[in-house]
Amino acid sequence: MANNPSNSPDKASTVAERNSRFGIPGRYLVVSAPYIWLLIFFLAPFVLVLKISFSSAIIAQPPYTALFDWSAGLVPDIKGTLDSYRFLFWDDLYVVAYLNSIKIALISTIICLLIGYPMAYGIARAPGNWRNVLLMLVILPFWTSFLIRVYAWIGILKNNGILNNALIGLGLIDQPLPMLHSDFSVYVGIVYTYLPFMILPLYANLARMDESLLEAASDLGCRPWKAFISVTLPLSFAGIVAGSMLVFIPAVGEFVIPELLGGPDTLMIGKILWNEFFRNRDWPVASAVAVAMLVFLVIPIVIFQHFQAREDRD
Amino acid sequence: MNRGIPFSSVLMMSFGFAFLYAPIVILIIFSFNSGKLVSVWSGFSTHWYAELLQNEQILEAVWVSVRIAVVNATIATILGTLGAYALARFGAFRGRTLFTGMMAAPLVMPDVITGLATLLLFVGIGWTRGISTITIAHITFSLAFVAVIVRARISSLDQSLEEAAMDLGARPVKTFLVITIPMLAPALVAGWLLAFTLSLDDLVIASFVSGPGASTLPMVVFSKVRLGVSPEINALGTLIVLLVTLCVVLAAWVFHRQEQGRLRDQQAAERG
Repeated sequence: MANNPSNSPDKASTVAERNSRFGIPGRYLVVSAPYIWLLIFFLAPFVLVLKISFSSAIIAQPPYTALFDWSAGLVPDIKGTLDSYRFLFWDDLYVVAYLNSIKIALISTIICLLIGYPMAYGIARAPGNWRNVLLMLVILPFWTSFLIRVYAWIGILKNNGILNNALIGLGLIDQPLPMLHSDFSVYVGIVYTYLPFMILPLYANLARMDESLLEAASDLGCRPWKAFISVTLPLSFAGIVAGSMLVFIPAVGEFVIPELLGGPDTLMIGKILWNEFFRNRDWPVASAVAVAMLVFLVIPIVIFQHFQAREDRD
Repeated sequence: MNRGIPFSSVLMMSFGFAFLYAPIVILIIFSFNSGKLVSVWSGFSTHWYAELLQNEQILEAVWVSVRIAVVNATIATILGTLGAYALARFGAFRGRTLFTGMMAAPLVMPDVITGLATLLLFVGIGWTRGISTITIAHITFSLAFVAVIVRARISSLDQSLEEAAMDLGARPVKTFLVITIPMLAPALVAGWLLAFTLSLDDLVIASFVSGPGASTLPMVVFSKVRLGVSPEINALGTLIVLLVTLCVVLAAWVFHRQEQGRLRDQQAAERG
């Protein structure tokens, strides 16, 4: 049988090609379970958010009006309204919260990058055994309760908290600094929570970088710092983008951190959405806030997916 | 080769790790504080642990959360693995672009949006909200995280074993079950554990899609934290940190031994 040329395996064929042996029905069977799940529980909900953002709030169950009135016959009567969106644009609160969320997310991302890049670089250059230990140290906090880690900062940043007590004890200040319930504590919370998300993609990128390029640069008389700027930094661009998006996008919609660490005047759009939904019970306005947030986030999300896809090809 | 770590990098690593671990260390220390304050030391005591273990509300919430997390992790690992396998090995198929998008978007989507959107779906189809809806919502975002881990493993796999199995006449399904899945095992375990902790950790999405009577641990902790800090929460946090550290270190150790065993086998096989 091994001598039969028609049966002998083609050395060049890849598993991807061989998977055609799964047959078209087999392949669709494998992909359809996650595909259908995501269509129903991930994509469909967004269509509903869009739909309900054009409804108006009523006191009923569910608390919004129907968008399509089918009573007239075959062609539904569309009862959409832009009220919720008008509300968003007329009320300064929403616009300010929007811009503030973007500002806070942007600054936090930059701080994460400034701390995370040298860390990822150091880990990627560490000797083998150390590398795994350091990597585990980055991942470990990520596995423990996020809520409780944010909560820990309350005890540190409070007026009679550990940091203020330490600073007063050292004689550096005589009045406690009002650190908790301010924008400062929100920055601390976001950078603290999202730092591992910045480090991991950067590490993955820096770890597989071709060292010979740096050697070539240094052989040609390039100083280390210059070599870093003109070789390492541009080559790690994909890692920088991936890390930045993993921090920036969720940070824009962050709720827990501004709620627990921020003050009453820390306006962030995630908190507004939560309050519209849970306090005001205004589902259409909450949906409109979500749609407006998504419209803004679509560009960074597409950039993120583009770079994910590029990483996959490598 | 090792070109050495620049000083600035060492400096930032020391600062970064101190920043990441200081809150956890302080949390653990003050869980043993006898006083009610979480920032002023007034003596050693395990009083708050006793208090925690008698708190019915928290214990019940732990049970709810663990049940959700186990079901979530199991289903998310199956769906995420199938998805990752399709993306890594099937090449082009119809609807791939949309599929790639749906597998990546949950990684970054803000929780408030996912929570609201998923809730509207359940209200729209008239599904009674409770433990089942929380589980479904968790599976949806967990499977994307599982897929990232599994995919990284698939792309680092040696395909020749699968090819050999197929050359020897194994059908693709059998090859997948007998060869691919065992080789993916470390990633499957890591993915399962990640999905488990993601579920155990989620406050926002659960709050949106939960119904009366279904309070997860983060929901109970959040309502307590809002009312003010309590050393009881420190005790709870300490137990979680302890458990997670144990699991992660144990898993890392097992995989390390497994990899070494595999390498030894490989070398033995090469020597003949």
